[in-house]
Amino acid sequence: MTDAHTVTFRAGDRVRVRVAHPIGHVRTPYYLRGKGGVVERICGSFPNPEELAYGRNGLPARPLYRVRFLQRELWPDYAGPPTDVLEAEIYQHWLQPEDAPP
Amino acid sequence: MSGDHTHGAHDVRADHDDSLTYYQAMEIAVRELLIEKGVLTAGDVRRQIETMDARGPQVGAIMVARAWVDAAFKQRMLEDGSAAARELGLQIGPLKLIVVENTPDVHNVVVCTLCSCYPRALLGLPPDWYKSRSYRSRTVREPRAVLAEFGTVIPDGTRICVHDSTADMRYLVLPRRPEHTEHLDESGLAKLVTRDSMIGVSVIET
Repeated sequence: MTDAHTVTFRAGDRVRVRVAHPIGHVRTPYYLRGKGGVVERICGSFPNPEELAYGRNGLPARPLYRVRFLQRELWPDYAGPPTDVLEAEIYQHWLQPEDAPP
Repeated sequence: MSGDHTHGAHDVRADHDDSLTYYQAMEIAVRELLIEKGVLTAGDVRRQIETMDARGPQVGAIMVARAWVDAAFKQRMLEDGSAAARELGLQIGPLKLIVVENTPDVHNVVVCTLCSCYPRALLGLPPDWYKSRSYRSRTVREPRAVLAEFGTVIPDGTRICVHDSTADMRYLVLPRRPEHTEHLDESGLAKLVTRDSMIGVSVIET
């Protein structure tokens, strides 16, 4: 079975976005790199956009998650209430368990 | 009055479209090549533009109004937005839709920081401000200030959830049904639903 990577995180898992700076087309915003959050849901598996952007097929497909972040953890000077959140879609290869060494 | 009209005596406002950007020139070149080689016709291009222009917020409003009158449909829509759209016979193509519900406890707003991802099948083309660097960068950073500029003041007791549409999903906000609309049927309700309320930068007022 090589058409999709195995899904390794579940809803509710605490994760951290990897800090990496690959050259090319990347769908992980800079402002989320290194930030910790919680998996809100698993969206399914999709061809890797980092490969699709260059005419390749992007397979095996990569699991995609919606990750929820607290705004206060994204922006130290965030002005709104501490309960405000942000959710974004992050591919599995950009995530690690929150307690793993960076 | 003289017939030889000249512009020497007064200033002329410059046209905004008298020079092409790189990508405008690229689009024309590719389109003309495709037509010249018989891959498609100018009519095909126009018809596709007409199809795209026919999509608009009135399509998304159909989903919202149904969810307001049918709790079971709303539940299915929140679980699988794409399936719910197809259930209503809406043509959404490969759209992977997530619907997020506004409640007294949470207000949702959608942005795409990386480009301009938008549920076009349901809302049509995105407004220019949605694609602006200002909206894209500020909505994730200071959503309450951005919403206030739309005239939308969210009380501190309501959590704001910003959805950064970074990858394969597209988002539709299910706005709250306005009060005093009990007398309206589904099509009457649909007329109340605005584009901005489905992006989440406004609420529906009555």
